[in-house]
Amino acid sequence: MTWKQTDYSGWGRYYTASGQLARPERASALARIAAETPCPAIGQRRSYADSCLNSDGRAIDTARLDRFIGFDAEAGLLEVESGVRLSDIVTHFAPKGWLPSVLPGTGFATVGGAIGMDVHGKNHHHLGSFGQHVESLTLATPDGPREINAADPLFSATIGGMGQTGPIASAKLRMLPVKGDVMMVTERRIEGLDSYFTHLDESQATYTVGWIDATAKGDALGRGILEEGETGPGLVPPAKRGKRVPFNAPHFALSGPIVRRFNAAYYRRIPLRGRTVVKPLEDYFFPLDKIHDWNRLYGKRGFHQFQCVVPLAEREILRDMLSRVSGAGLASPLAVLKRMGPGRGGMMSFPMEGYTLAIDFPARDEAAWMIRSLIAMATEAQGRVYLAKDAFAAPEQMDAMYPERAAWAGIVNALDPEQSYATDMIRRLSLRSQA
Amino acid sequence: MTETAPQTWLILGATSSMARALARKLAEQGAQLLLAGRDMDDLAATAADCRLRGAPLAEAVAFDARDPGTFQPILDRMSALDGTPNAAVFVGSMPPQEEIDTDPSLIDGTVADSFTGPARLLHGLAPLLEERGAGTIVGVSSVAGDRGRVGNYCYGAAKAGFTTYMSGLRNRLGRSGAHAITVKPGFVDTAMTWGLEGMFLVAPPDAVADSILKAVARKKNVIYTPFFWRYIMMIIRAVPEPIFRKMSI
Repeated sequence: MTWKQTDYSGWGRYYTASGQLARPERASALARIAAETPCPAIGQRRSYADSCLNSDGRAIDTARLDRFIGFDAEAGLLEVESGVRLSDIVTHFAPKGWLPSVLPGTGFATVGGAIGMDVHGKNHHHLGSFGQHVESLTLATPDGPREINAADPLFSATIGGMGQTGPIASAKLRMLPVKGDVMMVTERRIEGLDSYFTHLDESQATYTVGWIDATAKGDALGRGILEEGETGPGLVPPAKRGKRVPFNAPHFALSGPIVRRFNAAYYRRIPLRGRTVVKPLEDYFFPLDKIHDWNRLYGKRGFHQFQCVVPLAEREILRDMLSRVSGAGLASPLAVLKRMGPGRGGMMSFPMEGYTLAIDFPARDEAAWMIRSLIAMATEAQGRVYLAKDAFAAPEQMDAMYPERAAWAGIVNALDPEQSYATDMIRRLSLRSQA
Repeated sequence: MTETAPQTWLILGATSSMARALARKLAEQGAQLLLAGRDMDDLAATAADCRLRGAPLAEAVAFDARDPGTFQPILDRMSALDGTPNAAVFVGSMPPQEEIDTDPSLIDGTVADSFTGPARLLHGLAPLLEERGAGTIVGVSSVAGDRGRVGNYCYGAAKAGFTTYMSGLRNRLGRSGAHAITVKPGFVDTAMTWGLEGMFLVAPPDAVADSILKAVARKKNVIYTPFFWRYIMMIIRAVPEPIFRKMSI
């Protein structure tokens, strides 16, 4: 059968959808569905909220469109079907000396999803976003396959375009030559937010990211661990096979006292003077992928991730955000701070030059209020929130955050006047309105 | 010591998701692959994928279970490749029983796809394994062949025929050092079962491929995959006929 009626959700498991999914296994099956039933494509549903949902409608699950199509080692160009997972590329191409130029925090993300969200990684300050390394891509349009590249105006509407230009069938990626398939990681304690800004600004490393203890207050506000990584040759045991979280954790598993203690121990795990360790690439790029279904740790109510970016000059707003979060006692074991470069691939791409802060919250009413106030603060600071993660922004905030939104809506509405590719997020945030 | 002889695998019905999963794992082990089926575009895509995953050779070849004219070129290609010849059969077709009930001629195609077509090709391949004194033939049959049920007994009958053929082939090949394995999958998460009602304990194709490779390494005879289907079918076969004929499972 082509269509399966099912309930599904994004990674945060807060929003859910009930609808029909097709899961084509061949390019010809995708082409047939794209022609007969234009609808959005979804990948591994690693977006947190509702950008991968189409309630009461149809969607194409690309999980089985997962083949490598060709590799040109001279040019470093890898062509793949859109459902290929990024970890699959790392596993097979890192030993040959190549990596995707940009890798987000999970290797489960598909190439199609990485393009649709124009994801960024720990090397954004040097190489920009995922979409900037896409040589060309092929859309499965109702009239057949259509290959586009940067010369086509549709290209920058597709990169970061949340699937609104139609399903991506395949893409050609410009790969990054690497010296070896292990990662040398230098980890050091950072005692507070000012020190963090200084270290991030001065870091010359290829890959840089910082974990923050979002429960720390006072002088320790913004303390954390800065991780700087370089690829290199070497021999380490291969990444271990992942473990599963077999059931939903009870809601108190990530309650305040537990998370505060966990975070403090996690911080002190790094010696005072720091350390350098050698890790398999997968362990460095995708640290949480080893625990399959880790979203279950947040219990069946799910969780949210707030992520914003603010311009360099507005960084003090992040101090206000962190003190608000730690003051409220809304415990989060995962918070990440990073300096971004200006690179972005499309009209609706998230990155801008500045500092990006991401914080997880268990899904509770207080978290929703907190996140709404953080979104307001980010808007005030001329920043924006990441739509791959957003659950609570309001339609009227969109144009301030994404100045090219109306122009983008014009392009995608001309292509898809029936809004067949719209998702729950597109409707919730009125992203395609042209008032 | 000489180097280990290369393994060559002929995959019949290579467009199915179970076959694709097996082909990729074999590619990672460095096997040479002949991918046989009808959709040449799709086979070419899987062949390219397998080469990028480590197969020194992966070719798409035309195979139609209902057209014996396609068989000889495949057998010729297999004999031309050196090393240990192996084959895995994933072909079969299951038209809805209601359609067969209104058009009984559909039975012919079902039997050709699921039994006689692959059996005739394997009969042509067996001498090569005997001559080289090595190799394994994996025949993917079905739990549907273990007992005729109202919902799919024509398909089940064809698979029962194939199961019996595989048993005889094993008996024959064992004399020369080659081997044959019968694989009976339960419900597998494929395009065939996507969206069907009444599916339970559905296994991913990757898991089926893993259990096939394990069975090959350990020279198993008959495997159910996932394993618990052996017990489910034991129970289903044990139901006395007077009761079974009233059941609709």
